[in-house]
Amino acid sequence: MSQNEASVAGKPKARVSGSYRELGLLVFIVVLCAVIQVRNQSFLTISNIADLLDNTAILGILAVGMMMVILTRGIDLSIGATIALSGMVSALTVAANPSMSPLLSILEGMAVGLVVGSLIGVLVARFSVLPIIATLGAMNIVRGVTYVVSNGAWVSSYQMSNGFQSIAMGRVFGVNNLVVIAIVVFVVFGYFLNYTRMGRRIYAVGSNPEAADVSGIPRRFILWFVYAVMGALSGLAGVLWVAKFASAQGDTATGYELNVIAAAVLGGVSINGGSGKITGLILGTILLGILNNALPLVNVSPFWQQAIQGFVILAAILTNLLVKRNGLRQALRKRAI
Amino acid sequence: MAERSIDVAQGKSLASKFLRWEWLLVLIFIAVNIVNTRLSPYYLSLDTFLGTPANFLDKAFLVLPMTFVIILGNIDISVASNVALSAVIMATTFNMGLPLPAAMALCLLVSTLAGWFNGFLLTRFKELSAVIVTLITMIIYRGIAYMILQDQAAGNFPDWFSFLGWGNIGPFPFILLVFILCAIAFGVLLHGTAFGRKIFAMGNNALTARYSGVRTDSVIQTVSALTGLMAGFTAIFLSSRMGSTRPNVAMGYELDVIAMVVLGGVSTSGGRGTIAGPLLAIFIIGFLNYGLGLVNVQAQVLLIIVGLLLILSVLVLNVRFSGRHRRPALGAGREK
Repeated sequence: MSQNEASVAGKPKARVSGSYRELGLLVFIVVLCAVIQVRNQSFLTISNIADLLDNTAILGILAVGMMMVILTRGIDLSIGATIALSGMVSALTVAANPSMSPLLSILEGMAVGLVVGSLIGVLVARFSVLPIIATLGAMNIVRGVTYVVSNGAWVSSYQMSNGFQSIAMGRVFGVNNLVVIAIVVFVVFGYFLNYTRMGRRIYAVGSNPEAADVSGIPRRFILWFVYAVMGALSGLAGVLWVAKFASAQGDTATGYELNVIAAAVLGGVSINGGSGKITGLILGTILLGILNNALPLVNVSPFWQQAIQGFVILAAILTNLLVKRNGLRQALRKRAI
Repeated sequence: MAERSIDVAQGKSLASKFLRWEWLLVLIFIAVNIVNTRLSPYYLSLDTFLGTPANFLDKAFLVLPMTFVIILGNIDISVASNVALSAVIMATTFNMGLPLPAAMALCLLVSTLAGWFNGFLLTRFKELSAVIVTLITMIIYRGIAYMILQDQAAGNFPDWFSFLGWGNIGPFPFILLVFILCAIAFGVLLHGTAFGRKIFAMGNNALTARYSGVRTDSVIQTVSALTGLMAGFTAIFLSSRMGSTRPNVAMGYELDVIAMVVLGGVSTSGGRGTIAGPLLAIFIIGFLNYGLGLVNVQAQVLLIIVGLLLILSVLVLNVRFSGRHRRPALGAGREK
């Protein structure tokens, strides 16, 4: 039950090459930071790093959910819309009841996301709709519903209670709430994926669906489960997003799903399913966060950002692929086949 | 397996099965028009039927190659970004002094290359699924469009250019005539040539097709390049209709196009479909949008409707075909 099917060739070896990959990513991040620091001295200051982490926290929370979806060979394009809908619903509720507890707002957003995710999960798991089709359709339906719910209007900061805004502004031991929540999510799901039966079953379903069926793993339930969790995490992210930017709009987080998928893929989550680690995911998220944070610091036009991100993702995927091919080739050679 | 080969061998049973789906589409089309007639007294006229399609035909060019792509068992979500990239390059080079015909040729060249690049990645790196390849190129193509034009618009096209999107030849809009020609070409290619049979064969079982001597890589690259070429057509007609181009044009077209293909009865797991179904679906969705526009339904509600149509038609088709034979997952168009 190690990271991927290649582990049959030799379990310890696969584990070593897996951590090599993360080491490589870490080295790349360090080199990148050094280069940026040389270009702009304000990059590695406490305040900028805190800023970077605040801005990356939501991405990290979403990346955890996306990782589980991708582990089952799926993909979820609807999360940007789910963020908008759950953020909008919770913001509208807070605007109507200013005395509402922030915790209740978070639960409300997560409930909205959970409903959306569950519906997608039913489509994918029960009716075998391809994930890309189901989530592409859901993306538009949910986005449309967001506009209908809000009647096209925005909810602005003056309509939000201080309690609601403090969700994203507050601090625990000097660390921003968002970062704390992201760390909690990483820890909880790191434990869940590695040390619980359900977590291991997600890997099993992704690395070989037929084998999972034959072994009596409730494959369809697990498929439903990952989309439902992805929805709930998107709902959480929606509330955090709206609290952070103090504004809920119909077009909130349009296209953000691409960033999230990018973070997961950069973090070494295999798009063919069954392989990926939380540690890699954290590094991938931070790398994407650095790219977003540092490009303006080194005077790269914000309009270049998307293309640069695209090329970095392409390079990461192709590098990953070639390394893997090389590893398989060497494994074959060693066994003299 | 036996079931499948019988389907292919007995063209008649296959045809009769699909005719049913397409007759259903015809009925839906008629129903949409009856509703529209009820909504507006001015609706029922020859002008409506000839003139309205010009409003939605720009994206219809993408439906033709997307049908090929989905029959192959693949998907392409980069088409809208490809439209934006090639439109931006056409408008920018024109504004820099290139003659417009040359800029249009450049547009088609760029879009074809961008489409072919998807096919190149798919065939060169077979481990990658079409979803992820076209997702990456979707980011990159749109990203390059933003690099070129930032938040500016480019355009100032001459009058004859707007004729392409707005003009008529006799009673027929020019864009409708071009589209009919393209639809015939793609229909013949899919249903009347060996190339079309290869696409169906690969959609059913890419490995078998390869062992039977189909050069699968070349088929995938050709279909990808065709998709790019049609994205170029869309770019030209869209720019002509809008009069200028921005990097954010054609946002969300991939959903409309995929929804039309799927509503047209093309199976998302590959190997099944006709060109007639998606053609009908283009006009159903197009006239539906037009009719809803007549009664001032918000654009956002249209989003919901198209999304629901996509999911519902996949559900109906999945139920129809379930039990016939089990399908491999996405990416079935390519052997590993």
